[in-house]
Amino acid sequence: MTALEIAAAVRSGERSALSVVDEHLARIIESDREIGAFNLVLADEARSTATGIDQAVARGEPVGPLAGVPVALKDNLCTRGVPTTCSSRMLEGWRPPYDATVVQRLRAAGAITVGKTNLDEFAMGSSTENSAFGPTRNPHDTRRVPGGSSGGSAAAVAAGFASLALGSDTGGSIRQPAALCGVVGLKPTYGAVSRYGLVAFASSLDQIGPLASTVADAAACYEAISGHDPHDSTSIDGSRDPVVAGLGRGVDGLRVGVLAELCADSALVGGATGLDGVTAVEGVAPDVTARVDAAATALEAAGATISVVSVPSAVLGLSAYYLIAPAEASSNLARYDGVRYGLRVEAANAAEMNVATRTAGFGAEVKRRIMLGTYALSAGYYDAFYGKALRVRTLMLREFAAAYADVDVLLGPTAPTTAFELGAKTADPLVMYLNDVCTIPSNLTGHPAVSVPFGCGDDGLPVGVQLMGPALSEPMLLRAAAVLEQAALPGGGAL
Amino acid sequence: MSSRITRDEAAHVARLARLRFSDDELDELAAQLSAVLDHAADVEALDVTDIEATSHPHPLVNVTRPDELRPSLDRNEVLSQAPSVDDGQFRVPPILGETP
Amino acid sequence: MSAAGSVREQALPAGWELVVGLEVHVELSTATKLFCGCANRFGDEPNTNVCPVCLGLPGSLPVANASAVESAMSLGRALGCEVRGAVFARKNYFYPDMPKDYQISQYDQPTNIDGRLELPDGRTVGIERAHIEEDTGKTTHIGGGGRIHDADHALVDYNRAGVPLVEIVSRPDIRTAEEARAFVRELRAILLAVGASDARMEEGSMRVDANVSVRPAGSDELRTRCEIKNLSSLRSLGRAIAYEAQRHVGLWSGGERPRQETRHWDEANGRTTPGRSKEDADDYRYFQDPDLVPLSPTPEVVAAIDAALPPLPAARRAALIEDCGAELSAVDAAVLVERDQDALVRAAVAAGAPPALTATRVCNDLAVEDWSKVTPQLLAELMAMESAGQVTATQAKQLMAEMADSGEAPAAIAERRGFKAMATDDLDTILQRVIADNGDAWDRYCAGDENERKKLAGFLTGQVMRATRGQADGSAVNRLLQEKVDRN
Ligand SMILES: [Mg+2]
Ligand SMILES: [Zn+2]
Repeated sequence: MTALEIAAAVRSGERSALSVVDEHLARIIESDREIGAFNLVLADEARSTATGIDQAVARGEPVGPLAGVPVALKDNLCTRGVPTTCSSRMLEGWRPPYDATVVQRLRAAGAITVGKTNLDEFAMGSSTENSAFGPTRNPHDTRRVPGGSSGGSAAAVAAGFASLALGSDTGGSIRQPAALCGVVGLKPTYGAVSRYGLVAFASSLDQIGPLASTVADAAACYEAISGHDPHDSTSIDGSRDPVVAGLGRGVDGLRVGVLAELCADSALVGGATGLDGVTAVEGVAPDVTARVDAAATALEAAGATISVVSVPSAVLGLSAYYLIAPAEASSNLARYDGVRYGLRVEAANAAEMNVATRTAGFGAEVKRRIMLGTYALSAGYYDAFYGKALRVRTLMLREFAAAYADVDVLLGPTAPTTAFELGAKTADPLVMYLNDVCTIPSNLTGHPAVSVPFGCGDDGLPVGVQLMGPALSEPMLLRAAAVLEQAALPGGGAL
Repeated sequence: MSSRITRDEAAHVARLARLRFSDDELDELAAQLSAVLDHAADVEALDVTDIEATSHPHPLVNVTRPDELRPSLDRNEVLSQAPSVDDGQFRVPPILGETP
Repeated sequence: MSAAGSVREQALPAGWELVVGLEVHVELSTATKLFCGCANRFGDEPNTNVCPVCLGLPGSLPVANASAVESAMSLGRALGCEVRGAVFARKNYFYPDMPKDYQISQYDQPTNIDGRLELPDGRTVGIERAHIEEDTGKTTHIGGGGRIHDADHALVDYNRAGVPLVEIVSRPDIRTAEEARAFVRELRAILLAVGASDARMEEGSMRVDANVSVRPAGSDELRTRCEIKNLSSLRSLGRAIAYEAQRHVGLWSGGERPRQETRHWDEANGRTTPGRSKEDADDYRYFQDPDLVPLSPTPEVVAAIDAALPPLPAARRAALIEDCGAELSAVDAAVLVERDQDALVRAAVAAGAPPALTATRVCNDLAVEDWSKVTPQLLAELMAMESAGQVTATQAKQLMAEMADSGEAPAAIAERRGFKAMATDDLDTILQRVIADNGDAWDRYCAGDENERKKLAGFLTGQVMRATRGQADGSAVNRLLQEKVDRN
């Protein structure tokens, strides 16, 4: 059952929320030992919330568009009184005294939190191997990673532990695990969803979004969590266009551009419509690009027009990102000093206590990024690195704006490859960072992007294709994603 | 292997960030950070003098809130999360340095 | 040359000039903190005015307080600054009293730049910038006599963390310790006038750091400066600057040079002591705070702020002197404006009161907490009585005090208390008797030089006052004495 089907059944009284929750909890108990999607399962709380919803239904009270839908929350979203760890020793046992705005909104929509999901520590990683509590495994093949950093959320949805999950996406952390786990992942327009209560990684890039098994579920979740929040200065009043209601309108006349820089091996880019002299990003596998070409074909078959579009600065995204994100992170993570909450390692004086605490509390990847960001901001290097990266951002915004004058949406791969084996990319940080090369541009521009499963790679593992659009184009992106979703169904013509 | 960052520089950055590493760790970090910066040579090399910086995806300005009181947190709830507490306050080891 | 000039000569050995710039942190008197809705209130139980934002809890986000921003802009305009588009930046450094281990401040794009402050003596001191930032929490060092280096541990209270501050940075235009004090007094008057802050140094809502250096007189170089902290009163400020200046002159004269450092004022021992060295330049890794968006006041907003500005102390002093005449000293005018009594004096003058006398009388005899009952009409009435000789100066002072207390009309009080000035004939009779009783003093008065006369006039007048139980008008006695000498 999809989330929307569950909500409809619960609202109508056809199913009890409690039975829905119990069914999911049973699956978690049965299989999460193997997957490791959850840091914390909130069985009692979920069952009592479900009971409350069932009573409200019985009394004929309104119960919200996601009534009875079990959701999993990435463990970097603050939940009042419930441990929020960011998969870090630093915050082990920390119980926030407040709820994130998205948590409040999901609750108001009737959704039921079943647990907090694993992530790369402080959302820094692309494989969910950088967790202080151990890795999460890909439900499609447990020798492989689920992607990251929202790997726990993606795995939870793929394994049927929750109908919906929230993740956060700073450089691809919703979309890449969604692609690797074969689920839908939406990174909304920056500001469309409040960040209040999301433990910050890189504030100008972080965005919360849904992971779901269907496009419609993702759309419904987006509708529930988006909207202006006075607690977030960067919050914007998102599109008031209905998203779910418009999903069936198709893509007739939609102008789709294949983003050449992400698709070096594409038959389209190299072929008749191809562009000469395009410098493409490194490492996108041919079997992944083949799925992008297939998606283009499917969209064309549904009435869209296809062209190839070049955005040269897209290849600079990775470099700019790995200067900007660590810089902001180095400042955002300064507060973990052992004074007010979380871990403390005692020492003779306060400064030594800070050092001992941070050295013990952070994992290697977090330290690496703090070091990188501290360096990029430090005297003498700011202009060469951080300052330049901010200008690259301007360049990208200009070039993407120009591209969106010609096409409505851009199409490309989400991740360069299908799910890789645990440990395969942990030796060299740069190799791991290359996982984000296709997703990063949308974070730097603040534009929305969605990853939708579209068949499999040569290894039989899921491949996600990515649709990107200008600010607040979520309704259009999800509409196109719904077309791909249909095409990817057995008998849908694309597989 | 590139050596954009020396061990000493890495040690200086670690001090700024309040982190401690062994010499071996510093060498490894220096090499890894150098590799990332090498990769960023494309950005470093770019002539962007006439392009303004974008700190933020949206050109929002003047976002403020009214000067109205909102409830503060319960002190016990706040202090219950602290590693060490004394007399309604957060307790820390002696502070040697003064505020910079 | 201004009065400050002569002090300058005394403060330092000939050939040296003092160069001082001040950095003043002022807490804005808003209802709530700069980035959250917690109370901006002094003296509450520790850690009771805290929330996720001002505790820097993971996931929390700042939203700027509109009143704080407006208040800072008003202050900027009152200081003649250009109010411009600004961004909040993070100043990164670790300290237990700072919840996020960075301070949200303004760096290369502050709200206010390029202003000036006019001192009561007419000199102006340039204002480099006045930027908005958040305050830190409060640290108490426990054990070891509360001294930071011997403490056993420290306790932190975050009630003050996130309170809105404006940091006003002057240009190094101050040349004497007295001028530094005048600057702070004037700044305080401006802060009170625009309602931005209660600006109390003792309570820490106004904190002054002084950057002090010296140079050969007439040169325009800027030599190594020391930043002096822990100045908790105007007295400390003046003493610390004077001490530090002498120390620098001593070093330079001995062929040494001061070290660039932060120094602390030790009030008990009257000296500064070395603090943190600034040689290894601080690396605060400033960058634009990505959680906040820029402030971009439109010309209309700035115009509205200008329109709402109250009359400022300098303008009020000028207006008062204009109304009361040049006899009113700059010092008295400053006192009256500081006490907010300029409007009262001007209104009384407008109602016909004698300007100079009224200003002097209010300045000297209305230094009370609550003078709200003294209306311009009552004051004008009293001044009319005094200047017409209906009551003596002494009586006028008493009437002023009672009037402030009760708000009763001066004529009614005088009537009830039987106050009236002696008629000149009566006074003459009494004076004759005093002269007869003090023949020796009278003779010396007649023969004495100006000084001697002044002294003895005081004595003789005192005798008259005694005989009349204070009902005589002192100036009338003086006049009569003069007449008698002239007739002699
Ligand atoms: Mg400051
Ligand atoms: Zn607060």
